[in-house]
Amino acid sequence: MTTLSREETEALIAEVLEVYPEKAKKDRAKHLAANDTSIEQSKKCITSNRKSLPGVMTIRGCAYAGSKGVVWGPIKDMIHISHGPVGCGQYSRAGRRNYYVGTTGIDTFGTMNFTSDFQEKDIVFGGDKKLTKLIEEVEQLFPLHNGISVQSECPIGLIGDDIESVSKKSSVVIGKPVIPVRCEGFRGVSQSLGHHIANDAIRDWVLDKRDGQAFESTPYDVAIIGDYNIGGDAWATRILLEEMGLRVVAQWSGDGTLAEMMNTPKVKLNLLHCYRSMNYISRHMEEKYGIPYMEYNFFGPTKIIESLRKIAGFFDDSVKEKTEAMIARYQPMMDAIIAKYKPRLQGKKVMLYVGGLRPRHVIGAYEDLGMEVIGTGYEFAHNDDYDRTIKEMGDATLLYDDVTGFELEEFVKRLKPDMVGSGIKEKYIFQKMGIPLRQMHSWDYSGPYHGYDGFAIFARDMDIALSNPTFKNLTPPWKKVDAEEVKKAA
Amino acid sequence: MAKLRQCAIYGKGGIGKSTTTQNLVAALAEAGKKVMIVGCDPKADSTRLILHSKAQTTVMHLAAEAGSVEDLELEDVLSVGFGGVKCVESGGPEPGVGCAGRGVITAINFLEEEGAYDDELDFVFYDVLGDVVCGGFAMPIRENKAQEIYIVCSGEMMAMYAANNIAKGIVKYANSGGVRLGGLICNSRNTDREDELIMALAKAMGTQMIHFVPRDNAVQHAEIRRMTVIEYDPTHKQADQYRQLAQKVMNNTMLVIPTPIEMEHLEELLMEFGIMEQEDESIVGKTAADLAA
Repeated sequence: MTTLSREETEALIAEVLEVYPEKAKKDRAKHLAANDTSIEQSKKCITSNRKSLPGVMTIRGCAYAGSKGVVWGPIKDMIHISHGPVGCGQYSRAGRRNYYVGTTGIDTFGTMNFTSDFQEKDIVFGGDKKLTKLIEEVEQLFPLHNGISVQSECPIGLIGDDIESVSKKSSVVIGKPVIPVRCEGFRGVSQSLGHHIANDAIRDWVLDKRDGQAFESTPYDVAIIGDYNIGGDAWATRILLEEMGLRVVAQWSGDGTLAEMMNTPKVKLNLLHCYRSMNYISRHMEEKYGIPYMEYNFFGPTKIIESLRKIAGFFDDSVKEKTEAMIARYQPMMDAIIAKYKPRLQGKKVMLYVGGLRPRHVIGAYEDLGMEVIGTGYEFAHNDDYDRTIKEMGDATLLYDDVTGFELEEFVKRLKPDMVGSGIKEKYIFQKMGIPLRQMHSWDYSGPYHGYDGFAIFARDMDIALSNPTFKNLTPPWKKVDAEEVKKAA
Repeated sequence: MAKLRQCAIYGKGGIGKSTTTQNLVAALAEAGKKVMIVGCDPKADSTRLILHSKAQTTVMHLAAEAGSVEDLELEDVLSVGFGGVKCVESGGPEPGVGCAGRGVITAINFLEEEGAYDDELDFVFYDVLGDVVCGGFAMPIRENKAQEIYIVCSGEMMAMYAANNIAKGIVKYANSGGVRLGGLICNSRNTDREDELIMALAKAMGTQMIHFVPRDNAVQHAEIRRMTVIEYDPTHKQADQYRQLAQKVMNNTMLVIPTPIEMEHLEELLMEFGIMEQEDESIVGKTAADLAA
């Protein structure tokens, strides 16, 4: 299948929308577009961050998922209480593969589930006393934790529990920060509001706690913001920054600690990877502390080199020299990877559907392997994300926002990509359709994909998926025989 | 035996719902009916006159003590008082915390599952918190629960306003379930032409004033002793009033989907009866200084 023209892409969208009732068609049409590289503002072609239509099988999560699952959860030395009934915490426990160093249950708690396990009586009589007790017990049983966050599930907002007051009182009792987060799942249209609420909680309860305290600065202090260390991504990032001569003071929030967050206002530059989930706090630090932030992209050598030079440009010549030396040192490794995989992957077409960053950030990595991204879309992006996406995608390629189960299946059937990059909910649907799928949330239990080391794994994984012989054997033997006999007879 | 009739009593807070309900129930019991009262108010004061108690131990408090509502038995929560009237209080949190509405839902579900509504019963009365503030307090009028609603009101403007609002809620559930309005019970506050006014309101809402309960200190005298008038002084004329109300409820066939009236209509009615002055539109939004100028 060759690349579609603008007219063909628009016709495809219209065709897929055809089955919807009028109202749904009108709504969904705003979320689907043929990319127009000539425009600056995506709002001219696509609508995002709106309520999903009932019945369409959206892939979105909720505000609790955005706060507990994404932003707060990976802070490893804190205990994050899923406040409410047991399910929210238990069924999201340890699901996101944010790697960390430490002894779980002793000084780190990343894969554990702490919940107030609400019962009927807690709804009726309120859960404030139970929360107070829970915090006391946590302090007794896990004395090496460095703080607590209270992640609100839906009922907390409905019954009006005063978790702020409990947090303040308990914080005095245990002598550690207790941070209430009002991330009730029913708030907002997706997990995106949860990111924002979590960022605001960090701003209000964490960031200014070491203002005015002594800190041994260097001119090379940076923070990694918005790297969740999926499969070790942040580690693959950190070694590059360190080799450039920078000092990584804090990692947010993958393999991160509360102390790192508190020290972040001391850095010279914030390096922002996941713009969607942590732009809020980055902007806040720029406004309040005058710390600039810089978006970067560590997927694939082209974007890595571009980003490394952009980061180095902020610092003195010593950093620039080290950066160039590092780029040169890694170049043969990159050349070897591309020489190995590009011939196998050249010209293969990919469709992506991920969360809030990767639908644009991984495009360069695919292109480094000679592959082409022919369609992409986000679960919970806003228009500033699509502004950035327009420039990364080819003209007239397909963009889909909060895509529905039906639409994505239809687009894949008609565009016939060689592979799909999406999540677990999509994986088996497309694999059963005979199309390889790599999970681009969890790296399919592989990774890291960030940095030079990550690219080596990324390239290998894409090859594993695309060259998998399984997909050549989708027709069962008895049907093949028939086909041959038909040929003979003809 | 006759089919179980489930009735819910609503009305503005402080209007005398609990007192009226318990006196009515006492009169029904006196007439040989088997009755149960389900208090649906976290204050838990719907059964005190029947049980002579300060406040009955509630379903939700017992459930909280036992761990969960599943740990309770019916006999833990059911008390029997005057005339064999069975009493249950749903209970709930102190004001300002938790979710009282959920308490009502939990308690009523528990009663149903435990078979509290047995074949012996003739009547169940739900005595519900003043305003239907959330779904929990509408629980008694959902499908398969109370089919009849009585609204207690008086000739005061806010009581009538509340009655009309409650009727709006009934319309919603009348259309989805089978609930009907049985009438307005006027619990007199001795305002002028009160009976005529409530009859006019009832007519406008498509229902009836089922009974006019005059004001009488005997009710208070009984109340101080945590008794109904029926029990405290069965010969008193006020006891007869409640007996009449009981008879009317027993024989009531006028069960309707109400037609709540518009605010303007209600105001007209109040003006007609001299409860409210004609509004002077020229002074609306004017401060004292404006008017002096």
